[in-house]
Amino acid sequence: MKALAIGVDVGSTTFKAVVLDGAGHVIAYRVEPADPRIEPQVDRLLDELQSVAPGAPIGATGYGRKRVRSGRPLTEITCHARGAFAHVREGGVLLDMGGQDTKVIRFGMDGRVEDFAMNDKCAAGTGRFLEVILARLGVPLANVLYETLSAGKAVSISSTCTVFAESEVVSLIASGEPVAGIVRGLHQALASRVASLFHSGRHPGGRVLMSGGVALNAAMVAALEERLGRTMEVLPQPQLVGAIGAALTVLPSAAGDIPEQGCGPP
Amino acid sequence: MNLRRAQYELAGRLVGPLVLALESWQRRLARRPRSSRPGPFGPPLQATRKLKELMSLHYYQGRFAQGAVPVAWVTSGFPVEILRPLGFHAFYPENHAAICGVQRLVPPLSDAAEAEGYSRDLCSYARTDLGSLLAHRTPVGRIPRPDLLACCTNICQTVLYWYRALASHLKVPLVLVDAPYVYRSARPHLVSYVKEQLEELVQVAEGISGRRVEPEALVEVTARAKEGTRLWGECLAQGRHRPAPWTGIDGFFHMAPIVSLRGTESCNAYYRLLRDELVDRVRQGIGGLVEERHRLLWDNLPIWFWVRELSALLAGRGFNFVCTSYTNAWAEAGARIDPADPIGSAAQAYTHILLNQDLANRLAILGRLSRDYAVEGAVLHSDRSCKPYSVGQIDLKERLARELGIRVLLLEADHSDPRAFSAEQGESRLTAFMESFG
Repeated sequence: MKALAIGVDVGSTTFKAVVLDGAGHVIAYRVEPADPRIEPQVDRLLDELQSVAPGAPIGATGYGRKRVRSGRPLTEITCHARGAFAHVREGGVLLDMGGQDTKVIRFGMDGRVEDFAMNDKCAAGTGRFLEVILARLGVPLANVLYETLSAGKAVSISSTCTVFAESEVVSLIASGEPVAGIVRGLHQALASRVASLFHSGRHPGGRVLMSGGVALNAAMVAALEERLGRTMEVLPQPQLVGAIGAALTVLPSAAGDIPEQGCGPP
Repeated sequence: MNLRRAQYELAGRLVGPLVLALESWQRRLARRPRSSRPGPFGPPLQATRKLKELMSLHYYQGRFAQGAVPVAWVTSGFPVEILRPLGFHAFYPENHAAICGVQRLVPPLSDAAEAEGYSRDLCSYARTDLGSLLAHRTPVGRIPRPDLLACCTNICQTVLYWYRALASHLKVPLVLVDAPYVYRSARPHLVSYVKEQLEELVQVAEGISGRRVEPEALVEVTARAKEGTRLWGECLAQGRHRPAPWTGIDGFFHMAPIVSLRGTESCNAYYRLLRDELVDRVRQGIGGLVEERHRLLWDNLPIWFWVRELSALLAGRGFNFVCTSYTNAWAEAGARIDPADPIGSAAQAYTHILLNQDLANRLAILGRLSRDYAVEGAVLHSDRSCKPYSVGQIDLKERLARELGIRVLLLEADHSDPRAFSAEQGESRLTAFMESFG
C-alpha cells in the first residue's frame, strides 16, 4: 500500500497523531499531553511522522486544527464520525468523551453525520471532571475500576460542576464516607450528565460506540452502560479515532475512503 | 407650535437630513477603497444606505422629542398604531439594545445594571436598557425621556418586570397589556379581554397627549401598518427564489423600520424601495451570495454581536439563511390587522404574535417556512436571554428533522451579551454542521 495519510488531532488535553497506509491501517502513531504552545509541538511531531510518510497529505482536527501547517482542517465531529464509521462500516451512535468535550454523534449508513450534541460552556461531564476529582481523592486512574468494584454502595454526588463537586467530595471525606463509594458515585454522576446529553437527540437503536480518552476507563464504560441501558462498544485505540478520521478524509486512494478491513491499532 | 415642537419638526425634516448627509459625505471621504478581491457575498444592497438614513433620522429626531411631543417607550410587540394618531414619538428599547449589541456595548451597560442589583440571568436587552438608563450611556446621542411606558406581554413575561422597573426609575405611567398565551387559536373571550385593555390604553394615552384619537386617523395608521407588514412580507418572500437575492443576516438589519416605524409612511416608502430592489435582483439572478450552495432557516433572534462573523463563516461555504422566523414574525402579524376595526383587529393580531403561540403553532410555522423557502437545514438559536423563544427547541429540532428530513442544529448563544457565548465553540458547531452536508 503506497498511499499514506497523516491525521492530527490537537485536543484540549492530549495531542494525537497517526499515519495510515492506503488501506486505512495505522502504521505509526503518537499520543502526548497537549502543550498550550501548539505550533512547536505540532511541528516536532509532524517532522517525526513525515519521516515515516514523506509528502503524505495531512488532515487536522481538534481545537488546534487551524495551527497545523499544510493540514486540511475539519471539525472533531466529522473526524470522529469518520474514524468510527471506518471501523464499524455501518450507521451508529458515537459517544466521544475527551478532556473538555463530550460529544454524541449519530452517523448514517454512509458514514455522514446525521446529528450531534456537545456539552456547551461548561466542562462538567467530561474527562477533566474525573481527572480533577480523582486527583483530589488521590486515586490513580489505574485503580479506579478496582475502587468502584470494591465499593459497597455508591455515595451520591449531587453536583456535576467540577468546582462544586470538588468541595462536595472534600466534605464527604471529612464526614467519613469511604473513598471507593465516592469514586463510584462520581462515575454515576458523570454518567447521568452524559445520559442527559445522549438523550437530547433521538438514538432509538443501533450500535453505541465509544471513543476518547475516557473510554479507557472501564469503570466509566460500565457506569454508562448501566445508566443508558445500552451496550457500549469501545473502539480500538479510542484516543486515536479523531486522528484516524482526519487522516481518512485526506487519504488519496479512492478506495481508501472506507477501508476493507476496518482500521485499528498497529 | 411651541419652540421645542418646532425644533423636533425641523430635526426630522431639515436639520436631521442635512446633518446625516454631511456625516455620510465625511464617511465616504474617509473610507479606504474597497478590496477588489472577490468575496463570497453578492453586490451590496443599494437600499442599505437609505435604511441607515431612515433609522439615524429616527434616532436623531428622538433627541428633540422630549417636551415637544408625547414620548412612549414601547415593547416590540405593542400595538403602536393606537399611539401614533396622538402624535407620540415611539422609542423602542429592544431596538436600541440591538444597536448596542451590534456595537458590542452590552458588557459595560450590563455591568451598570448589575451594579444596581439586576441579575446577569435577566434578558440582556433588559440589562442593556436599564444599564443605559442608569449609566446615561447610549450610542444614539440622547434618548428621549418617556411620558408613557407601553408594554405588552405577548413577547415575554420579562417585559412586565422590566417595564415596572423602568416605571419605578422614571416615575412615569405604565400601561400594561396582558396578552394571554395562545394554544392553537385565541378564544373570543381572550381577544375581548385584550381589546378591553386596548380601549383603556386609548383613554390613558389621550390623557397624556391631551388629544383625542380621531377615528379616521386611527384607520389611516392601521391601514399603513397593515400595508407595511405586507410590504415587509413581500421583501422576505423574495428569499424563496434561487439564489435568494439577499442573506438572512441582511434581513435582520432591514427589519428595523417594521419594528420601530410601523404605521408610518416613511416605513412603507422604505419597504417599497427595498422590495423593488430585491425583485430586480431576482430578475437579474443576483444573489445575496455569489454561489448559493445550501439554503438554511434561522430560528430565534440573531446573535447581534456576532452576525458579521456568522455571516462570513456561512457565506464562505455557500450557506445562506434564506429565511428567519424572527423577521417573518412581523410579516405574519399583519394578516390579522383590519383598518375597518382598528382596536378589535389589533387585539387579534397582537395576541397571535409568534412568541405568544404554543409549540404546535410554532412547529407549523417553521414547517411551512422550511417548505416555502425550500431549506435543507435549520439552525435553532437557543438564546440564553430569550426563554420563550428557546423553550421547546429540542422538540422542534427532533420534529423538523423527522418530519421534513432536514438537518437541524441547536446553537447555544445569546442575542446581545458576548459573555454568554463562546465564539470558538459556536464556530466549531456550525462548521461541523456545514461539514455534515458533504
